This record gives sequence, C-alpha cells and structure tokens, in this order.
Amino acid sequence: MATRHGTAHVTLPSGREIVITRQFEAPAALIWRALTEPDIVLRWWGPDWCPLVSCAIDLRVGGSWRYVSQHGDLGELGWHGTYLELEPVDRLVSTEVFEGFADAESVNTMTLTEHGGITTLRTVVLHASREFRDGHIESGMEGGMQVTFNRLDNLLDSDALVV
Amino acid sequence: MPRSAMRNDVFHAIADPSRREILHVLHGGESPVGDLVAHLALAQPQVSKHLKVLRDVDLVRCRIVGRQRLYRVHAPAMRPLQDWLARFTQLTNDRLDRLDDLLAEMQHHEPANEAPNDTLDDTLDDTLDDTLDDKQEA
Repeated sequence: MATRHGTAHVTLPSGREIVITRQFEAPAALIWRALTEPDIVLRWWGPDWCPLVSCAIDLRVGGSWRYVSQHGDLGELGWHGTYLELEPVDRLVSTEVFEGFADAESVNTMTLTEHGGITTLRTVVLHASREFRDGHIESGMEGGMQVTFNRLDNLLDSDALVV
Repeated sequence: MPRSAMRNDVFHAIADPSRREILHVLHGGESPVGDLVAHLALAQPQVSKHLKVLRDVDLVRCRIVGRQRLYRVHAPAMRPLQDWLARFTQLTNDRLDRLDDLLAEMQHHEPANEAPNDTLDDTLDDTLDDTLDDKQEA
C-alpha cells in the first residue's frame, strides 16, 4: 500500500488561510465516512507518537465534535468544534479549536470532488487573523520537532553511540 | 526553531501587508522607490521604512543606477518561510497518508458484488449499526 500515496499541496493564499488539497483513489462516499464516523477517524487521524484516544462526533448542523489524543510528552491534547454545514458526501464546514490555543478558532471547509474514481479532498482553514493562522502551522511543527528530539534522545541513549 | 526565538526576521518582515505588497510589486520587476509609492498609495518615507525592514532581512536588495536606487526581490532569503511551511506540509501529508492507507484497506475488504453501503469490514459495519441504533433511540 505504501506506493499509492499522493502528495498534499499546502498553500497560504491569504494571510488568514491554509489550503490543503490531496487526491485519493477512493470514492467520495468512503472518504466522507472516514471523516465523520468516530471509529474510522480513530484509525487514521493521529500519528503513532500521538494517537487519537477518543473521538466524539454529533453529525448534525449545530452538533459538536471533540477529538482527544495522547502525546508522549505533552499529555492529552484536545480539539473540538461545531458543525456549520453538512452536505453528504460533498461538503462539510465546521469550526475547530485546538484546546492548547483556545482563542484561535478556525472555520474549516472540506469539499470532496470525485472524478473517475479519484477523489480530491480540499480543506480550507480560515483563521480570524494571520497570527492565529501562523500559530496553527507552528503548533503542528512543534509536535513534529518533539518527535525529532525524542528520536535524538533514543539515539543518544542507544548503544550505537558507545565507542 | 520556534519562531518566537527569532523576532526581527523574515517572518516579521512579511507580517505587514504593505511589505507583502512591496514584494508583489518587486516580484514583477526591479523598481525605483517612486514606482512603489505610486503603487501602494503610501507616502515615500513610509515606503522607505518598509524597504529598510525588507533589506535588513535580505528579502530585498538594492543597486544604484545613475541617480536612482533600484529595488528587487532576493528570493533565497525566503528559504526560512519555505522550510517552515515544508514541515507543516510533511505532517499534514503523513496524516493523509494514513487516511489513504485506511481507504485502501477498506476498499480491499469490499466484497465484489455488494452495494456500496455493505462494503466495509465487520468492525465498520458494527459501527454503522450502532450509529443507526443511536438514531432510532434518539
């Protein structure tokens, strides 16, 4: 399965937005389920080093969602939001707050477009300000940095470096 | 490196809309300050101040031709911005790779002649059943 990966394109078309597009060899209906059914979300959303441990989804306009992951060093990390628009299986609009930066609520618009068995998932993350948008990018990056540091720690602790 | 560790940097320089506009104009070609003033509808001292910030971080360079100073974009100075975004892109891509793997797995388990709603493995079917049960109870 490792060979089927496409590549996500991330662009910053304005000071407040992040746009992520990615194509999948799967029908839109299946991707919709993977985005909206908790037991499926739990299986892919978090990386090994910060797995999702709970996922609650009340899939109706005005309904809320909350994801909680367990980070090795940072402990529990939470995200939550409210569904604003639901058009199965084409369009999902919700708010999102990373609970570590509770002021920085974004509005995320996900659209699924299927052509000839290939579905494009386009996510537009709109923040209230450039500062919050940049913070969003950095918070992800710092998580990644943490892994790098952990790997370095492991390497430093390993026998491989004993001369 | 977290951005907070480097304050007067490329990130700070492009945080201002006028400076981003200057970069846009200069991206279209080398220009004297007069052209920038005309384009931005700002007074020359303000434009010059912005140009100084951009020059301090090497995003803009300047050469003197006759009596004019001509300003141009120095693209290699954008590298920290690209690196910054590249890490986020990598993490995003890793997440979507996991989704891609799972979608492949879900489709792989799809029995050949069943309707799309019956295509997932037993665990996922149970999930769907539970969801339906919840709805009926509600």
